[in-house]
Amino acid sequence: MSTAREPVSVIGKQRRRQAWWLVLPTLLVLAATAGWPLARTIWFSLTDAQLQDLSARQFVGLANYIGEGGILRDGEWWHAVGNTLLFSVSTVFLETLIGLGVALLLNTPSRVQGLLRAAVLVPWAIPTVVSAKMWSWMLHDQFGIINAILVGLHLVDRGLAFTADPHLAFPTIIMVDVWKTTPFMALLILAALQMVPGDCYEAARVDGVPRWRVFRYITLPLIMPGILVAMIFRSLDALRVFDVIYVMTSNSHVTKSMSVYVREQLIDFQQVGYGSAAATLLFFIIALCTTLYMGLTRPRLDADR
Amino acid sequence: MHDHDTGIPKNPWSVFGYYVAVVAVLIFALFPFFYAISSSLKKGQALFTTSLWPAHPSLDNYIAVFKEQPFGANLLNSVIVATAVVAFSLGLSLLSAYALGRVSFRGRGTLMLCILSVSMFPQVALLSGLFELIRFLGLYDHLGALMLSDLIFTLPFTVWVLVTFIRDLPKELEEAAVMDGVGLFTLIFKIFMPLLWPAMVATSLLAFIAAWNEFLFALTFTLSSDERTVPVAIALISGASSFELPWGNLMAASVIVTVPLILLVLAFQRYIVSGLTAGAVKG
Repeated sequence: MSTAREPVSVIGKQRRRQAWWLVLPTLLVLAATAGWPLARTIWFSLTDAQLQDLSARQFVGLANYIGEGGILRDGEWWHAVGNTLLFSVSTVFLETLIGLGVALLLNTPSRVQGLLRAAVLVPWAIPTVVSAKMWSWMLHDQFGIINAILVGLHLVDRGLAFTADPHLAFPTIIMVDVWKTTPFMALLILAALQMVPGDCYEAARVDGVPRWRVFRYITLPLIMPGILVAMIFRSLDALRVFDVIYVMTSNSHVTKSMSVYVREQLIDFQQVGYGSAAATLLFFIIALCTTLYMGLTRPRLDADR
Repeated sequence: MHDHDTGIPKNPWSVFGYYVAVVAVLIFALFPFFYAISSSLKKGQALFTTSLWPAHPSLDNYIAVFKEQPFGANLLNSVIVATAVVAFSLGLSLLSAYALGRVSFRGRGTLMLCILSVSMFPQVALLSGLFELIRFLGLYDHLGALMLSDLIFTLPFTVWVLVTFIRDLPKELEEAAVMDGVGLFTLIFKIFMPLLWPAMVATSLLAFIAAWNEFLFALTFTLSSDERTVPVAIALISGASSFELPWGNLMAASVIVTVPLILLVLAFQRYIVSGLTAGAVKG
C-alpha cells in the first residue's frame, strides 16, 4: 500500500491504525480462551490443586516435576511418552508412504479419477470417535467381520482380541489412525504434485527416461518440501493424540498416550496440580516441534509481498 | 486412459496395475462405512452374523437410538455448537484477515505467527485453566463452554486460510475503493466478502467439521447426557454390561452422525481440498 499518490498514502496510514483494531477482537478471544488458560495451567503445575476446589491450593514449587512422587520419576509418564513417540513416528511414516501412493493414483488422469477422489475423502469426513467405534465393531473378538475372514482363511484358530490383547492393541490403534488420516496426507501431497510443472515430464518423456527414474529424480525432489511440511503438520497432531486411543482402549496402560495420561490425572484422579505439570511438559515438547515447523515455513511467509 | 501430464504409457499391464490399485483403495476407503451401514440395518440376532447385507433390513436400531437416550437432543447440541462456532470464527476472522492480509503494518508477521501457534497448542495443556475459566463463567455443563473452547482451534485456522486467500485478490480493488472514499466496513463486507465466498465456504465447512467432531472438550466440560454432543454420546453409549455394547444402536448412531458430513464433503469437495491445502501447505 505504499503508493506514491498522496491521498492513498494518508488513508494508508489511517488503515494501518485501523488494522490493529480489526485484529483486536481475534486477539482478545484467543488470549482469553488459550493464552490465559495456558498460563493458569502452568501456574497450577506449581501447586497441589485438586479439581473439587481449585482455590484451596498451596504453592509447592517444582515438587510436581522433580519431587519425591514427581512426574519425571513416574514410570507411567515415561511409558506414555514412549507410546506417544512410537505412535507419532509410525503413523506419520505409514501415512506419508501410503498417502504418497494414493496421491500418485489421484494425480493420474483417468475415467475413475473423480470417483477415487470422492472415495478417499470419506474416511477423512468420518468423525474420529465414529471411526474408532466402527473399527472396534469390525475387529470385535467374537462377532467382528475381520476375525470371521481370518478364521475363514484358516489364518487363526479363533478370533483375535485386537483391542484387549496387549500385543495387538497398539498396532490396531495405529492402523485405525492410518485409515482415518491417510486421506489428509494424500490430499496435501496431491496439492504438491499438481504444482510440478508439466513440461518437466514432457522433456523426460521425449528423452525416453524410464518412469521410476522420472519419479525418483524429478518428481520426488520437487514435492519433497511439500511432503516435509505435511509430515511436520501431522506429527504435531499425532503428538496430541487422544480421541482414538481413549475411545478404543480407554485408560488402558498399554496404549496410554501423553494426552490420555494428562486427562486421567486431571479429571479421573482430580490431581490438577500434578496433571497440570504433565500438561505443561507436553506443551513444551510440542512447542519445540512447533518452532521447528515455523522455522521451515517462515521463509515462505516473508517471501509474500 | 489419457496419458499427457503424468506420462503413464498405455502399456496394458500399467493400466491393469492402475485399476487394481484403484479397486484396493476404493475397498479400503469405503468398506468400513459400508459395513457400519449394513450392521445398523441388522435386527436382533442377525447382527451377530457377518453377512455383508442383512436379509431383512430394518430400522429398529435407528428408532432405538432415539428412544433409549436423548440422541435427538445430542444432535441438536452438536448443530448449535458447530453453527455458533463457525459464525463466531468467520465474523472475527474476516475482520482480522483483512487487516493481516491487505494492510502492511509493523508486527503483522509476529501476529500471524502468534495466531498460528495457538492452533498448535495441545488441548490437554489448556484443560485445567479452561476448567477454572468455565466454572468462573458459570458455563460448566452448558453448551456455551464448548462454543468458547472450540474457538481455540477453529479461529486460528479460519484466520490463516482467509488471509492466504485475501492476499491473492488484486490490489486495484482497494485503490479504486479508497479513491471513491468507501468506508472500512463497506470495503470488507461489500467488496471483499463477496469475492471471498469460495474461501468462506471452505473454511466454514472445515471449521464446522472440526467443531462437530470435537471430543476432548465436550467430554470434559459437559456432564449430563442432555448437554452432550454426538461424539461424546456415541463414545459413552453403553449396554447392560461393559461386555455387551449395543452394537446395532452404536452403528445406527454412527451412520446418522456421519452421513450429513459425507454429503457435505462430497458436495463441496473442490472447496475443501483448496481450504485444506491453503491451511497447511501454502501457509
